[in-house]
Amino acid sequence: MTATIPSAIGQPLDRVDGPAKVSGSARYSAEIPLPAMAYAYVVGSRIAAGRVTGIDTSAALAEEGVLAVLTQQTLPKIAEQPPLVPSLAGTAAPGQTFFPMQDDTVHYAGQPIALVVADTWERAQYAARLLRVSYAETPPVTTLDQGRDLSYEPERIFGGWIPGRIERGNVEAGLREADVRVEGTYTYAANNHNPIEPSCTTAQWDGDNLLLYDATQGVNATQMTVSRLLGVPMSKIRVIGHYAGGSFGCKAMIHAHPTLAAMAARAVGRPVKLVLTREQMFTSVGHREEQEQHLTLGATRDGRLTAIRHHKLSPTSHFDDWAEPSVGVSSQIYACPHYEGVYRLFRANTMTPTFMRAPGEASGMYALECALDELAHELGIDPIELRLRNHTDVDAMTGLPWSSSGLKECYERGAQRFGWAGRDPRPGSRRDGNWLIGTGMATACYPVAPLANPQRARARLYADGTAVVQAATPDFGTGVATVMTQVAADGLGLSVDRCRFENGDTDLPNIAAAVGSAGAGMISAAVHSAATALRSQLIRSAVGDPGSPLHGADPVDVVVRDGVMTAGTASESYSDLLRRTFQPDVEAAGQWNPPAHDIPYATMTFGAQFAEVAVDAELGLVRVRRMTGAFAPGRVLNPKTARSQLMGGMLWGLGQALLEANHMQPDTGRWVNASLGEYLVPVNADAPDVDVELIEVEDDIVNPLGVKGVGEIGQVGAAAAIANAVHHATGRRVRKLPIMIEDLL
Amino acid sequence: MSTPGPALTQPGTARAERGPGPVRVRLSVNGTEHTLDIEPRVSLLDALRERLDLTGAKRGCDQGTCGACTVWVDGRRVLACLTLAMSCEGHEITTVEGLSQDGEPHPMQQAFVEQDAFQCGYCTPGQIMSAVALIAEGHAGDDAEIKEWMSGNICRCAAYPHIRAAIRAVRDQT
Amino acid sequence: MRPITYLRATDTATAVAAVSTDPTSDFLAGGTTEVDLLRQDVLNPRRLVDINDLPLAGIEGTPEGGLRIGALARMSEVAAAPVVRERFPLIAQALELGASAQLRNMASMGGNLLQRVRCSYFRDAESPCNKRDPGTGCSAIEGFSRGHAVLGTSEHCIATHPSDVAVALVALDARVHTLGPNGERTHAIDDFFLLPGDSPHREHPLEHGELITAIEVPAAPVARHSLYLKVRDRESYEFALVSVAAALSVMDGTIAEVRVALGGVATKPWRARRAEDFLVGATVRRDDFAMAARVELADARPTPMNAFKVELAQRAIIRALDMLSDGTGTGPAPRPGIGSPS
Repeated sequence: MTATIPSAIGQPLDRVDGPAKVSGSARYSAEIPLPAMAYAYVVGSRIAAGRVTGIDTSAALAEEGVLAVLTQQTLPKIAEQPPLVPSLAGTAAPGQTFFPMQDDTVHYAGQPIALVVADTWERAQYAARLLRVSYAETPPVTTLDQGRDLSYEPERIFGGWIPGRIERGNVEAGLREADVRVEGTYTYAANNHNPIEPSCTTAQWDGDNLLLYDATQGVNATQMTVSRLLGVPMSKIRVIGHYAGGSFGCKAMIHAHPTLAAMAARAVGRPVKLVLTREQMFTSVGHREEQEQHLTLGATRDGRLTAIRHHKLSPTSHFDDWAEPSVGVSSQIYACPHYEGVYRLFRANTMTPTFMRAPGEASGMYALECALDELAHELGIDPIELRLRNHTDVDAMTGLPWSSSGLKECYERGAQRFGWAGRDPRPGSRRDGNWLIGTGMATACYPVAPLANPQRARARLYADGTAVVQAATPDFGTGVATVMTQVAADGLGLSVDRCRFENGDTDLPNIAAAVGSAGAGMISAAVHSAATALRSQLIRSAVGDPGSPLHGADPVDVVVRDGVMTAGTASESYSDLLRRTFQPDVEAAGQWNPPAHDIPYATMTFGAQFAEVAVDAELGLVRVRRMTGAFAPGRVLNPKTARSQLMGGMLWGLGQALLEANHMQPDTGRWVNASLGEYLVPVNADAPDVDVELIEVEDDIVNPLGVKGVGEIGQVGAAAAIANAVHHATGRRVRKLPIMIEDLL
Repeated sequence: MSTPGPALTQPGTARAERGPGPVRVRLSVNGTEHTLDIEPRVSLLDALRERLDLTGAKRGCDQGTCGACTVWVDGRRVLACLTLAMSCEGHEITTVEGLSQDGEPHPMQQAFVEQDAFQCGYCTPGQIMSAVALIAEGHAGDDAEIKEWMSGNICRCAAYPHIRAAIRAVRDQT
Repeated sequence: MRPITYLRATDTATAVAAVSTDPTSDFLAGGTTEVDLLRQDVLNPRRLVDINDLPLAGIEGTPEGGLRIGALARMSEVAAAPVVRERFPLIAQALELGASAQLRNMASMGGNLLQRVRCSYFRDAESPCNKRDPGTGCSAIEGFSRGHAVLGTSEHCIATHPSDVAVALVALDARVHTLGPNGERTHAIDDFFLLPGDSPHREHPLEHGELITAIEVPAAPVARHSLYLKVRDRESYEFALVSVAAALSVMDGTIAEVRVALGGVATKPWRARRAEDFLVGATVRRDDFAMAARVELADARPTPMNAFKVELAQRAIIRALDMLSDGTGTGPAPRPGIGSPS
């Protein structure tokens, strides 16, 4: 192994795609100009359950510029239905096992029932309004109250990855042993990702070859999914997605629209741009399901947990057993002998829910951390102290040690920065004018997702000493292009300004969809592997080449800095080597095989959340004054982009704590607030300044660079910290999210 | 702000009823005059994005609820999604593509990069058009004012604290 | 959006003639309602008559101490006008608490008064809605009604009037000047907004093609001590759940003059006359504010989902009057809203 001199990794490098994004020149997937572009508009079902009995397309087809109206009658049948598997698995990932317009059944409102294609967006959109659709409607089931009595315990959830029941010990016995019990039902509203860029695909056929520009978290996932659905070989499909305008999970699975765009393009013989409307973003790309969690904690008088019972009830679709894994981490992160976690599902007229930032952990840790706050209050123990008394250095479920933790340091540093010490625990003890002030905290944790398949990258060095490193992954705001430039630079021994990371194209080496906070870890592993392989190759060339000043040196002694290989007093630059040997460029591939799933470690990212809220008790208003988060995400590749992502996650927690809710109308089975005017996400005025503390922990288990990821941990626990702060401010325990004005009057 | 092009004070045939089919419309965007044939129902946003290939202004909602389409008409920030392109004849439109001068990024663009005031970048052109206007309007006095007057631009990545930092940086250097 | 034709009007009389003689024509001013609802298929004009070039954008103080606002003055211009901020702080505040900076640069004052409700069933072209399609029924009464009205409702419609500035104008006894096919008319603002009754599709006493030309606000010295309080989930860029426009003048510990109007809770901008009547001559006491608020909301008819508004509105009235009587609500340009606590 040759010596590495890291210099770029860990630097707060500005985003390499920053200039393109601030100038407006960055091209998103609906911004590719193609000649003779046509526009597809998806028509969704008005009813939530029943059948489409007829679609009169005549008025629409008579409109100027309309090229085609595709319905169940005319849309091609899919070649094959791939199974529901999370896209992280690196396989086809259709989001749900149902594909629309294959028969006349309606399973959920907004389900695509027609596709109108016209020569302009305006014409397609208007013609879609002219379709006359008749339905045979049956009463829908959509809400918890409607489905409670219909529920069942699934064997497995989450695409089959997670068991429906997790147990250890005897939870009843544990509760009997307890001196104190707290019990509560916590509801979490259905949420929608609502990235500002709606999902979109531009499709172009060239003979049998299909080119897609897709807003996705994984271009390979799009390629594999569309290939299976269309029955078109992988070799004939290329997917480009350089940028995506946010995703948060709704572009992690490959929902129906890329395939529909491809079908539409084939039908009209022109390139087709398909952009979902904002309203369709509520019914086409999954959502976080509405859920009710019942938590029972048993503890001794001195605050040791004796039992945790964590039950969850949520609606799923008619075709898949999906629940986000809200129950999992509650079994792992506190020492507690007895545990029972159970999912219950009921079939509802909804599409299959999907990942939404911190899928499961956001909701599960909300419930658990609020329940712990209740316990702390009940026992008169400081909330941090209570957590320390139940701290575990091993996964409480498996008994395996954490590959790395840092949790205690997160509590300590977070508390210090926030000013937790000396907090008067009595609710309602601080006032500032009309505002009651409260503080709250919560633990954050997010699993380091297990990966299934090899991750690959390629590095190329040119004779002028500049390099291009490639992997297929898109950048949907994570900063991956920036941090991989840094990883490549260090791997090659170049400065970052000599490296370019090229990404977002299936013609580049395969990378799984960047989901589950796994992107930075797996892509850096592949990039590091490619870059160091190329460096080793160049060093070997030099030391084996009689013409090189390094000839005969031991490769282990060669260090590379700024493109110059040095061993002792001898040195030669990459450029000199390549020019001298008439090589215009040189390439190496890199592959990283993820650790086996039976490693003797448990892997988890930890953090601690703190929030201060002000509550106008008369008017029911909650405003978050400040937030502090301390996180231990392994190695931090770029503190600037990492802090941004963590900050964004924390403010997502704020949104879900206080604002965000999809409201379902029970009798129609339709979301009633499917717009950004009524599904409220935080605006600038809602967002306080956020203090992010990074605690680096070494982890040589998870991946070569010890990167545990920052995409989701920032959100976990943030809502609980806010809810706990609301209790501290007011003495009111609101066990539902979002906490709204009427809950506090 | 970009230098206005030749004034379009004569709306041409604007005084006659036009449409509903495509009609000739003259738009001055970032100092350049464009002639395009569009239906009167075409929004300024779609004229920019789909006809003039100026994709800096983004479509996030098409309903006036997100601010991603923020551009300037006669120097004032407006929403291009709720503006008909035809109603902009005779007015000067400025988009994010017109913000740089002599190939140099506008200080606000530079500050957004330096402060990491975005992640996915999709709302960013709208944020920047609002932010530059905000300072010109005199609404960047303190953080409370910036918060309120930037609240018409939703950033789902929630880069808000960094957006404020970028605005402060530009405010304090001018 | 259906196909439309476009006509840019150059003088007011021609504009009025063009629209009033064609039932399928609408005026186009700021476009923030018209274009939005056209795209939603809620409005279906065949032709838009663009009135933005008409000379109706002036903002002037009158010698008597009042105000005349041209119908095409933009919300942002009115809010920024020194004469407005000095004489009528509640107008400036109501404007600046509405919508967003971009929308305020677009939306005209006339259009603001005529903006349509935000009821999601009204905005969905296919849901039953008596306001959009008379006789089809009201989806909101049994539906999702958290934001809906508790005052001035009928069994046919419970949609909340969405305007902020109209609430301030109602408190100030403004007058709406129009030009229609039958010439100029002046409407007292309280009469300008119709209760839904059994004809919720009829929101104003205007004939088709009757154009708002100006809004006149009579002198009201009490308004120099006024505020607009807006309560909503989000700190900004959201319609009111409850709002209060209030002005207060106190002499020797007794209320000499008071104006109170409510937004977010009624089917029209709601002048709280009962509360005012109770308050005039009363002492400046929280108990009296509370009693006045209770009297005003006595007839409220909430749904289970918006019942909290009855209590919230009362508390907001009390808070607004508190702020005016302890001095925290005065001044021409306080930070909008009750604002952030920090």
